Amino acid sequence: MHKIFFIQRFSPAKDKRPYWQKYVLKCKPSWVVLDALEVIHSKDLSLAYRRACRHGICGACVININGINRLACETRLADLPDKIKIKPLPGFSIIRDLVVDLTPVYEHVEAIKPYLITKTKPPIKERLQLPSERKRLDGLYDCIFCGACTGACPTFWANQEFLGPTALIQACRFLMDSRDEAKEERKKSLRVQPGLWQCHSIFNCVEACPKGLNPFKAIVTLRKAILFE
Amino acid sequence: MIKHKHQIIIVGGGIAGLSAALEAAQAGNDVAVVSKVPPLRSHSVAAQGGTAAALGNMEPDSWEWHFYDTVKGSDFLGDQDAQALFCKEAIETAYFLEHIGVPFSRGENGRILQRHFGGHYSDFGKGPYIKRSCLAADRIGQAIVYTLWGQCLRLRVKFYKEFLVTHILLQDEGCSGIMAWDIVRGEMHIFQGKLTLLATGGCARLFKISTNSAINTGDGMGMVLAAGLPLEDMEFIQFHPTALYPWGFLISEAVRGEGGHLLNQDGERFMRIYAPAKLELAPRDIVSRAIQGEIQAGRGIRGKPYVYLDITHLEDQLIKEKLPQIRQMVLKFAGIDPKKQPIPVAPAAHYTMGGIPINTNCEVLKNGKKTIVPRLFATGECACVSIHGANRLGTNSTMECAVFGRRAGKHMAKIGKKLDFLPLPQGQIKEGWEEINTLLNRTPKTSLAEIRETLEERMTQNCGILRDESSLKKQLELIHNLKTAYQEIGLKGMPKEYNLALQEVLELKHMLNLSEAIVRCALARKESRGAHYRTDFPTRDDKNWLKHTLIFEENGTYKLDYKPVVITRFEPEERQF
Repeated sequence: MHKIFFIQRFSPAKDKRPYWQKYVLKCKPSWVVLDALEVIHSKDLSLAYRRACRHGICGACVININGINRLACETRLADLPDKIKIKPLPGFSIIRDLVVDLTPVYEHVEAIKPYLITKTKPPIKERLQLPSERKRLDGLYDCIFCGACTGACPTFWANQEFLGPTALIQACRFLMDSRDEAKEERKKSLRVQPGLWQCHSIFNCVEACPKGLNPFKAIVTLRKAILFE
Repeated sequence: MIKHKHQIIIVGGGIAGLSAALEAAQAGNDVAVVSKVPPLRSHSVAAQGGTAAALGNMEPDSWEWHFYDTVKGSDFLGDQDAQALFCKEAIETAYFLEHIGVPFSRGENGRILQRHFGGHYSDFGKGPYIKRSCLAADRIGQAIVYTLWGQCLRLRVKFYKEFLVTHILLQDEGCSGIMAWDIVRGEMHIFQGKLTLLATGGCARLFKISTNSAINTGDGMGMVLAAGLPLEDMEFIQFHPTALYPWGFLISEAVRGEGGHLLNQDGERFMRIYAPAKLELAPRDIVSRAIQGEIQAGRGIRGKPYVYLDITHLEDQLIKEKLPQIRQMVLKFAGIDPKKQPIPVAPAAHYTMGGIPINTNCEVLKNGKKTIVPRLFATGECACVSIHGANRLGTNSTMECAVFGRRAGKHMAKIGKKLDFLPLPQGQIKEGWEEINTLLNRTPKTSLAEIRETLEERMTQNCGILRDESSLKKQLELIHNLKTAYQEIGLKGMPKEYNLALQEVLELKHMLNLSEAIVRCALARKESRGAHYRTDFPTRDDKNWLKHTLIFEENGTYKLDYKPVVITRFEPEERQF
């Protein structure tokens, strides 16, 4: 199986702007895009990209493949056309080649206080949480922080101050946790941060999430909680 | 070179590193976590099935039963003082993790949900399997790492993300800090610290078929070996029985814990032959060898090197609720719905039982025995305390990282207050910087990828589940040739920013040295115990080999030493399941 890869290259020290480099590769049917990148890199050591776990749990290898933000390690070549265009995640500044600066995502996530806040002394054993209460965290705690959603969000492209779906899904995860004891503070700060009310319901985030999560639903849940609860 | 100064420096941002950082920061210390990937990309996030603690939420359990299982699981090579302490502290640590926010799955009574896992039984191994693995669906690693990371942010732990630590700075008075390469900007940094902790993970990436992340190249162990300090029990590499064939992705033991069966080509539940009582939930070394045995006897599926893991008889809802990630992974990669078709699996390199010898306060041991290296600590998979001995039980690793990570953090907080910073060893810094500079300025004459691939392929072949003298000797010769070839790698002309190749070359140096250490330890140990199986010495030999291996390196020459196993309660017995 032969595939033609067009990979966007950019080295800030020597390139004025990004350019496309073509690679033709004989690929095995079991390969994913990351396998192809590894083979290309073994011959052209200068190609830069991120990767770690190789099976879709660490979120490191998110890139734009034929126009869609996806994890390189989970995208099978067999499911792609013969010509494959690979770009870095849009919306972020490029460090080199396929590596982008995700600092805005980290900063926004930190801004929503991504940790359980409790004020009462914990019991000797575990705090109790019913399965029905725990279920409210499903689809939220399993976000892998890859940034595919934020990188697909036109509101974020236009305004880097916008919290973005990655941070908002985290905000929802902690507001929904029956054990959290800072709900009012969280709501108060979400009310004023540029996030909840700036989302234009474009749904790109839902389409982009490689884990099949729904950041927009989290945003709606947060809005409801703030307006009605 | 850019300089930083922090009271406590922690290398690695997985469960072990973050647990330590949290404890040290809680005590008011200025803590820096330096890691080659952002903490949320650490390999700890890949842990699936659960974390062990005898909470007894589902049925009566006791830390002493857990202790016995851990001792027997380790094939009696674990140190029982550390094992007992671990099993006791696992309980309060599980509650601690819950208190800081880990989203554990819950039972109807609101308590942490627990499930079966291999090697965990009731009543000192005499009773049936026991539900001891505390779960968060099949994402326990991710759940713990994210929670610890968040709490570290709350306490203003300083994170240096994508900094590859290249050298530890070591003098007679102890460790004064580290050197690290800023991957993103392509600059060298010096971190001066009163105390330094290595929590750099394992080295199962030395093997071609591996469940491990690309980053698990054993950097911390490699740096310790290079600094003239010993490594312990390196011959014991765990091969996880069930990795998705042919990729090698982890399919958690939880799948068998929830009732999955292993089948050969004839549809036989072959574990009946290898472990008649405990079947699929025997310890991992036994199940991996059983699968390998079936494959070698030609009973792999259609004669190929894999068997089936069958969960088609489990409830659809159970699969979706308790094994969602695994279901998705199997669907995505193999195109198989595990409710309808069995999952193709084969063993893959998974875990490093050995590592940097430490005491129970996580202080690094100079000769591997009693004397400590001042100001240098290690914990997690890169360390060897030793609770896993010759074979680790499933779900004990994430808990080890949390229990001993916290112990390291607390101990460092306690002694750090009385210490001043040591002066930095300028000679070592100059040497370290020259090493990097030489690589960056050398014209390449050989392929980096080729050396790495040859090493990984042959390690699997010659030093895998089954080993013998001739395969190990062959491997040693190959490693020497690869080490010569390594000197011809060059990176001249590479861009400064995000120089992935530089990272790979530095990792490869450690991989080559660690491979040699593993092969030498394996060659010397003329018995079979736990994960180390010598076809030419197929039985356990307590008379000669009930002892820990220590290996040292000096100027390319390796030296072996041994130390006794700590036995406090359970005398070695025949290991039947």
